[in-house]
Amino acid sequence: MSALPHEAVAVERPFRRRWWAAPMLPFILIFAAFVLLAIFAPLIAPYEPNVQNLLGRLKPPGAVVRGVTYVLGSDELGRDLLSRLIHGARMSLAAAVLSVMLSGAVGTMLGMAAGYARGWVEAVVMRIVDVFLSVPAVLLAIITVAVLGPGFTNVVLVLALTRWPRYARVAYGQTLSVANMPYVRLARFMGAGRLRILFVHILPNIIGPLTVVATLEFGLMVLFEASLSFLGLGVQPPTASWGAMLSVGRNYVSSAWWIATFPGACLFLLVLSVNLIGDSLRDLLDPKSRTRRKE
Amino acid sequence: MGRFFLRRFGQAAIAIFGVTTLVFFIQRLTGDPTLLLVPETATKADIEAMRHTLGLDRPMIVQYATFLWDLLRFDLGRSFIQNVAVTTIIAARLPYTLALAGGALFVAFVIGVPVGVLLAMRRGKASSGGLMGVVLAAQSMPTFWSGILLIMVFAVWLGWLPPSGPGGFSHLIMPSVALGLLSMATFARITRTSILDELSKDYVRSARARGVSTRRLVLRHLVRNASIPVVSIAALEISHLLAGAVIVETVFAWPGLGLLTIQSIVSRDFLVVQAIVLLGAFVTIGLNFLADILYSVIDPRIRLDGGPS
Repeated sequence: MSALPHEAVAVERPFRRRWWAAPMLPFILIFAAFVLLAIFAPLIAPYEPNVQNLLGRLKPPGAVVRGVTYVLGSDELGRDLLSRLIHGARMSLAAAVLSVMLSGAVGTMLGMAAGYARGWVEAVVMRIVDVFLSVPAVLLAIITVAVLGPGFTNVVLVLALTRWPRYARVAYGQTLSVANMPYVRLARFMGAGRLRILFVHILPNIIGPLTVVATLEFGLMVLFEASLSFLGLGVQPPTASWGAMLSVGRNYVSSAWWIATFPGACLFLLVLSVNLIGDSLRDLLDPKSRTRRKE
Repeated sequence: MGRFFLRRFGQAAIAIFGVTTLVFFIQRLTGDPTLLLVPETATKADIEAMRHTLGLDRPMIVQYATFLWDLLRFDLGRSFIQNVAVTTIIAARLPYTLALAGGALFVAFVIGVPVGVLLAMRRGKASSGGLMGVVLAAQSMPTFWSGILLIMVFAVWLGWLPPSGPGGFSHLIMPSVALGLLSMATFARITRTSILDELSKDYVRSARARGVSTRRLVLRHLVRNASIPVVSIAALEISHLLAGAVIVETVFAWPGLGLLTIQSIVSRDFLVVQAIVLLGAFVTIGLNFLADILYSVIDPRIRLDGGPS
């Protein structure tokens, strides 16, 4: 970092100035609210998410049945929709956080290895990356879940398996451009080992663009988890998940609009806020790609 | 040109080979793919017999070679559940997905491109900011939610359109809109960018100096020149649409390949799932290839970075 002080300042200043800029603030707050809901779900949720009440089936928002107030209505088994929504935030965020971390770690390491070692490592890793990126990720995820079976752990693994090449490609390109910088050459000259060079000297300098990829991927992972759950391939009932709730709501569009509407709205708000935060992060860290789309 | 073509063709061939290998190994993630192919009621003897018929008791390398050879002959196997050739099952559903993808592409194009032009023309004005918000929102909209909302509004409340299921043109409208929304956002953003790129060029400035009206300028010159990136993006967008079809077809009970995928997973008809994924991958690789070739024909400068290295 110290080798290029003027660049570091140029990156950081607008970051500080614009990060809290007024237009972004509501979305940062929305995102923070979802995170808090997820962390403190058992404390915030008014009722147990899985407790059924057959007398209170399909009640509209605001209905009161035997002292139980369904603020956002109830589902087909009389479970409180609000409580399930709050617990569902846990599933969405946990799946997204874990899969982004896993795919980010794997992809970054492979990409850095390819960019630093070059030669056959580069050829093999980057060809594999090309192959993965040439299959529509949703299809790849679906076939893998079909083989492994549904469930939270498998969903996280599958998302990581299908998404690591995105990080690998960015880490690879960034490593290539950094690997011949004077400070890296100096470190090598002074006898630093490969791992030390990769993790101490290269990684901190390429983490910015990788963070941007991770932010944009985060929204996508939330959507993927919801899609898999919607298709019945994700988290299994009775665990609350927005995708699964939507799939139930699909069957009650004509009699109970609230079941599908609220989880969809949560999903939309979460993904929208993450995408906007990611977009503005990218504009700050990488002005060149301001107009490109995330996929 | 020939050199670029060959090089790019080689890349596509490697990608196709890689994808088939990937699918082959994903099948074996759990160890024994026989379990994916037999119904849940199968006895131990059934499984053993199946393993032998499929050649799964042979060495892995032989299985792999057989798998590739069958694919080369377009033999995707027989569905054990329906006892019909997989190709026949897919051929029956393909037209539905093609109609849906076509409808979605139409929606995306007809809305996305004019919106993109408007966004570029009114850059910096309040109306453009609002419109950009709508585009961003469309991009973050989960397709299954927008699909369900469409059903609620247009089928349940207004009763204008049939809620779901196969049928004529009226059945196709809502699925196409739901699927097309996402690509619409992409088209709008790409169109906006490429028009803005064009606006900064010399010929635009000189045309303006000659007194050509902005409206005429955009309609006669800019749209044509800015369409190059849009066309190549359209090729890529088709593969996104095919993947999105899995969700949209499930929401609208539209009997295309997407719904078939989910039905096949539920009924454990794995060969069908595998065939659809391979088909999706091949179409994606093929379209990427075509887009690159098309792009290099329209704009020869592109070939420079793909040249000999």
